[in-house]
Parts: sequence; C-alpha cells; structure tokens
Amino acid sequence: MSAPLTAPVDRRSFLKLAAMAGGGLVIGYYVRPAGLAETAKPGVESTDGLFIPNAFIRIAPDGSVSVYSARPEVGQGIKTSLPMVVAEELGADWKSVTVISATLDDAFGPQFAGGSLSTPMSYETMRKMGAAARTLLVRAAALTWGVPEGECVAEKGVVRHTPTGRSLRFGDLVAKASTLPAPDENSVRLKDPKDFTLLGTRVGGVDNSRVVTGQPLFGIDQKRPGMLFAVYEKAPVWGARPLSANLDHIKGLPGVRDAFIIDRTVPAGQLTGLVPGVAIVADSTWAAFSARNELQVNWEGGRLANSSWDDFARQAGEMAKAAPGTPGVAEERRDGDIDRAFAGAARVVEASYSYPFISHTNLEPQNSLVHVQGDRAEIWAPTQNPDGARKLAAQVLGIPPENIQVTITRIGGGFGRRLDNDPSAEAAAISQRLGVPIKVMWNRADDFQHDHYRPGGFHFLKGSVDSTGALSAWRSHHVSFGSNMGSDDYPARFVPNYVLLTSNLENGVPQGPWRAPGSNTYAWVTCCFLDELAHAAGRDPVEFNLALLGDRDLVAGTGPRGRPYNAARMRQVVRVVAEKSGWGKTLPRGKGMGLGYYFSHQGYIAEVAEVTVTPAGALTVERVVGAVDVGSQIVNLSGAENQVQGSITDGLNAAWRQELDIQKGRVVQSNFHEYPMLRIPDAPRAIEIHWVRTDNPPTGLGEPALPPLAPAVCNAIFAATGKRVRQLPISRTDLSWT
Amino acid sequence: MSKFTLQVNGRSHEVDVAPETPLLWVLRDNLDLVGTKFGCGIGQCAACTVHLDGSPARACLTPVSAAEGVKVTTIEGLSAGSQHPLQRAWCELDVAQCGYCQAGQLMSAAALLARNPDPSDAAIDEAMAGNLCRCATYYRIRAGIHRAAALSAASAEVRT
Repeated sequence: MSAPLTAPVDRRSFLKLAAMAGGGLVIGYYVRPAGLAETAKPGVESTDGLFIPNAFIRIAPDGSVSVYSARPEVGQGIKTSLPMVVAEELGADWKSVTVISATLDDAFGPQFAGGSLSTPMSYETMRKMGAAARTLLVRAAALTWGVPEGECVAEKGVVRHTPTGRSLRFGDLVAKASTLPAPDENSVRLKDPKDFTLLGTRVGGVDNSRVVTGQPLFGIDQKRPGMLFAVYEKAPVWGARPLSANLDHIKGLPGVRDAFIIDRTVPAGQLTGLVPGVAIVADSTWAAFSARNELQVNWEGGRLANSSWDDFARQAGEMAKAAPGTPGVAEERRDGDIDRAFAGAARVVEASYSYPFISHTNLEPQNSLVHVQGDRAEIWAPTQNPDGARKLAAQVLGIPPENIQVTITRIGGGFGRRLDNDPSAEAAAISQRLGVPIKVMWNRADDFQHDHYRPGGFHFLKGSVDSTGALSAWRSHHVSFGSNMGSDDYPARFVPNYVLLTSNLENGVPQGPWRAPGSNTYAWVTCCFLDELAHAAGRDPVEFNLALLGDRDLVAGTGPRGRPYNAARMRQVVRVVAEKSGWGKTLPRGKGMGLGYYFSHQGYIAEVAEVTVTPAGALTVERVVGAVDVGSQIVNLSGAENQVQGSITDGLNAAWRQELDIQKGRVVQSNFHEYPMLRIPDAPRAIEIHWVRTDNPPTGLGEPALPPLAPAVCNAIFAATGKRVRQLPISRTDLSWT
Repeated sequence: MSKFTLQVNGRSHEVDVAPETPLLWVLRDNLDLVGTKFGCGIGQCAACTVHLDGSPARACLTPVSAAEGVKVTTIEGLSAGSQHPLQRAWCELDVAQCGYCQAGQLMSAAALLARNPDPSDAAIDEAMAGNLCRCATYYRIRAGIHRAAALSAASAEVRT
C-alpha cells in the first residue's frame, strides 16, 4: 500500500505542543513589546507616555488599559476570555479594558487556534503577564507613599494602601511604573483564585456590538486600495492539472483583468496548499464569479479518478476479514487472551459501525487577501494558523517568511479547516503575478469540493460480557483513511482482554482536522457499542459504564502514544449527568434517554440526551444534559456555556444528516441544498450544563463537548425504539416503530 | 453596465453595475456595506438577509435591478446606535460565537418581531428556519428573540 497523499490527521500533535508549552514555558520574549525589533530593550518600555510592561498590556496616563489578544478568534471566545485572565491578575476594571487583536508577532508566543489548546497553553502565561504589570503598579504606588508593597492592593484600576485608605489610579502610576525594572514573570505573586472577581463571571464577547451592527471584522470584509478580486478554479477531481483553458474568451469578458493557469503544487505532492488551477482576476467579486461560469478547462489526471465511496466501503469489508499479521493490518494493542474470553463469555455481540466523510462548511467561505510587493508581502486572512499562512506564502513566493506580515481577522467559523492556508497560497501566487492586492474568494462549491475533510471510517467490533455481566473482551478493527486510534483508546486499560487493529485504505482524499478530530467519531462508536454490551448484559447503561470505569483514579498511559486517563474525573461526570438528567425514570415507548461520555482535548464530559421518536420515525431531541470537567476554573461562564451548547448542537448537526458522497475522485455535493445542515427547528429544545470543578489546570472547550453527543442521541434512540443506529448519518436509519 | 439608484438605509446611492449583479455584491463591493454576508449564493443559508420595504429578502438572489425603487435596509441600518431590541438582547445574552451568520439572523428576527411582537417557539422556528448558524447557536438565538420581545414590551410600557 503506497503512502497516502495527505498525512494522516494526528490529533496528538497538538497535545505534544501543549506538553511542551506546559513544562516550564519560557516567557522571556513576552517582555518585548509587539511591533518593536528584537533588539528593543527588554523590560519596561514607554512610548507616548504609555506603560508597556510586556507584549500584552499597555496602560495610558488616562488609566485606559489595552490588552492584546494573540490567538485567532474563531467563535471560541478567546478574544474575550484570555484578556479577562490578564485583567483579573492586573486588577484592572474590565470596563476600562480595550481588547486589540494582535498581528502575527513572535513577541506573543504561539498564535494558533486549534486543539482546544489556547486556554491550557496560555492561561498561566496570561496570569503572569497581568501579575507582572500589577506588581510594577503596586511598587510604583508603594514608592510614592513610602510604604511596604505588601500593604497595597490593586483592584478595579486603582492601587489602594489598605491601612490608610489612600489610593492612586493606574493612570497616575504610569509614569513612575515605566521607570521600574521589569520583574521576573516566573516569580511574581499570582492571585489566590478564591479572590477572583472577574474570572468565572458572565462576560459578553468584546466584539458583540460590532458583530450585531455588521462591522468589517471578518476576512471577507477586508479591502485595500487598488485591490482586485480573484477566483481560482481547481480540478473537480483531486490532483488533476489544467492542460488548457479558454483564457482568451475569459479575458474579454466584462470586468475581467486577467486569466491564467497556475501549474504548481506547493508544498510538492500535497493537496492542502497551492494546487494547480485557473485564476480569473476582475474588478469585482461578481465580475469574477460571472466570468467563471464561462470558464472551460481541460483537466488531466487525478489519481483517484475512478475511486468512489462504495469502493472504499467494499475494500473496508474485505480488510475486516483479514487476520492480524496480514499486510495492511496493524495490531495497535493486545491484552489478555481474547479468543478464550469470547469462548467463555455469557454473551458475545458483533457489530460494524461506519460514518462518512463530512465537510467543515465554514459559513464564511474560504478567502484571503494578499499584497505582494517585490520580496515583501502582507496577508489579511481568517486563519487559525497565521504562522502557517506566513510559511506557506513564503514557500509559494520564494521569499523569506520574515518578509511577510500577517493580520489575523475574525474568522467566520474554524472547526479546524482554517489550520490550513490554501486560500492564502492562491492569493499570494496571483498577487505576485499582478503586483496589486488580491482577494481570493471561494464560492460554496469550492468549499465543499476542496475542503480537507473529516475522514469517513469503518469499525468492526466484537465484544463480550461474562456471567457477572462485566465487559470481558473487546476486539476492534478500525479501517479508515489514516487511522489515529492509539493503543490507549478507550476502553483499553479497562477491559482484561482487548485487541485493537487498524488498517488504512489507499486514498487521495484531502483530509484535515474537524472539530475534535478522531474523538468526534470514536466516541460514537465506543459509547454505542458499550451500550449494546450493557443491554446484552441486562444492565443499566450508567451502572454498567460506571462499573467499567472501575475503582482506580488515575490510570497511567501505556505505549508510545499513551496518555493518562483520570477515571475518577470520568466517573464523577457520569454520576452527575445521571443524577441531573433524572436517569432511570420510566418513559413511554417512543421516548428514551441515552448516555455518551468521552475524554478528549483534556476535558472529561458526559452527556445524556432525551429524545422522542414518532411511530413514523421522526426524531426530536428534547433535552440534553451535560456534566463538564475542564478543571478548576471556568474563565468566562457565558462563553464556556456557549461553547458547550454549541458543541452539543453541532454534534447533533454532524451526526443527523451530514454526509458527502465521493464519486470518481470528487465530492458530489456543491451547496447546502445537497447537504442538509441542522436548522433551528431541529435544535435541542433544552440544554442544561453542570460544571464539575476539580483541582486540575483549566483546559479548553472548543471541542471536547462535541464527541459525547452523537452516542447519547443514538443510545436514546435505541431506548425509545429498540433500533440501533450503526451508520452515520442517523438519517440513513429508518427509525419508525410499531 | 447600467446605472441604478438605490435607497439603502435611508440614503440614496447611484451605482454602475451589470443589471444581473446580486444586491449582495453591490452592497459589499460598491457601497462598502459588508455586514451583509455571502454564504452560499443560492438562498440556502440566509447570511445575506436584508429588508426590502420591510420584508426579509435574500440579497444573493435579488438582482440589483429588482432593488431599485424599494427601501433597502441592511444590518448597518437596522437601528441608530445599535439600540434595536434584538441587538441589545444579542449583546446581553452573548448570542454570537463566530458571528458570521448573525447579521442575517438579526434581519430575519427583526422582520418576525415587526409582524409578531411576542412570537412562540414554534413561530420562531418557522421564521428562522432559513437561517443557518454553523456554530449552532440556535439555543441562544431562540432565547435572544424572546428577550428582545420582552425588551420591546417593556419599552412600549414606558412609552404609554
């Protein structure tokens, strides 16, 4: 089997980054104010009377505080939450804080938004940034009064001398604080979390008023003087090249400035950067779109021109019959004696689960604005990965990355798609040729047909329960397009006899991370099959799963990709969700409750869905209850709840009806009329969230609340109807009952 | 190319564009009113919802020639000083996530409240079913419309 064209999605690469960041993060570079040269004096800088204790904070003599938001805002609320952390430690009055979106600058440290990592990677750093600035303000006040620093406190933008009640506003202290040497951020005193007054409260998004008035926040809204509008037609079959096109005709159409073929692939052999295509440049978006309707291209090649989803499914079925040791079948883990366990089991259950490729469907179609001038360039893009945009554009343009500036705009939906920067590669190549600012605008068909998809997959499962009703054996063969199931995937380590096999089908389908990569499907397979086994054992699913989670607290990781699993945290969220949802209550036929729980992106989350299925098979999700443990501190209660509410609803969105069809090396769907998305009438009628706070570092919420939803709903459907959903989307299963 | 005179948010604008150009792109490219968003181009997502003489319409399907002689209202003109009850409710309840669809959501909701000041959940579902929210903030959109209805009722009481 030859190597896939695209690298398998490695959901752990982000975790590696996090681990690096978590262990003794060097924060020295933060003391260089953004936008100043590397040689700028480290420590405290003051220009225009501002107090600039580090890259993230500027305080003006009038007391106004500016906090820089370094991470891209994709809707996860990071532009509000991390500045709240700074403001809390600083002792600022939130009402006097202005949040400024940072451009890409080494002074800010890592600036990507992915893997739900912004909070775990930046929380402590942001605390230290705020605390370092507060330390200087307090020192300045103490020196002014000639009193010990320990007698002074900073709160609501004021430093107070507690014994005498004297106070000075931050603005009054700016001049003096600017003369003091910067403290070591790693030794500044942090607040005791019990004294927090801002963190954990409900704070509205800092851009809310601009969002509701239609201000130009997004990538698509950006304009530059002299800008032209471009579309870029890529081959409908991935990997094909344009041999020729009716360029002379296109160039003669109204408003068209240029049309040309780009026959390059950057990086070589990849489908997620610049790929060959035809560019049309025009005076307006509509002129470019209109001209494109008349474009005729002769395409050549495309490795998968004869491959279709049905072929993949057939190959997967054949692969499932292969024994371990067969070429193409990797044994990720083997515990105990699985054959003996099955032979001696009270009940054995076999099932196969499958799910399709799906699309990110960011509502803001992919776009980027790039201006290349000689060996320099500027990018304005809705990117989750601005450093990636810079590096890719540098490769396309053949100029050094440091010659490229990146402005990170607000992003109309990320979900992982915008960790790749193909639109910026296209805009860079086109702008280099024309020498003017170019905005590349994808249409919806481009988005569907040139996405980097959530891969489909097939899981062939066999499990058993023993005479006591306990899970005794679990055998899983995952056939996919780049499996990233690891040897520790649940319920590994919790069942004595366990085998995990993985196989990858050859494919050239571009893939990428889709919200909670891996987990977004593995949770469904795992929790649904566990539900089957609980019923086979004749046990209540909550009780069965709590028993499976056992009585150990922290279960160590095993193997090269092993991760510890905190069973105590998981048991607690399962117990809480069972209690709060009223688990166990008697429901009439056609109504049911189901449990899903999963550990992903450092969060321990359990959800119970309550559904109604009419005899005709119409599904309504009446209520979802979630119990969420993401550590000791919720940063912004409003934003955190919004993420969980959205993840639950998006989980339903993905599972219910979403499905791409791959025919002859291309995606068939071109717009929403062929790809039903969840709309307001189908959203859960009620969502309840219960926070379980544990003494663990705060972690992110962009992803981990999504995976448990699909199994919760499918298990509830079984409880309501007796019908198992073993194939996604749910809409493929007839749910009618009599 | 043809000249068209448009009444947008109470102001008159003259544009010179191809007659079939969708109002969406005239607003965005010619008039610099970029609050109206492009999502699908075929009326399936409603991110481009504007009001034509007070009725919600998809700007991506409205040729500029059909927008002449009617009053066009975009999100930028929904209220003076972002004080429409829906805008206040959206900020108060922190409805948006990425925010890209919200201009369209607000324009659809504003048209709903104009004809039904206190809509039921069912009425909200019916009026808002055309509007996609990829972040799936539907739970808060529903709550936001109810909150706006309450804010409107409260200010109506103050006036009377």
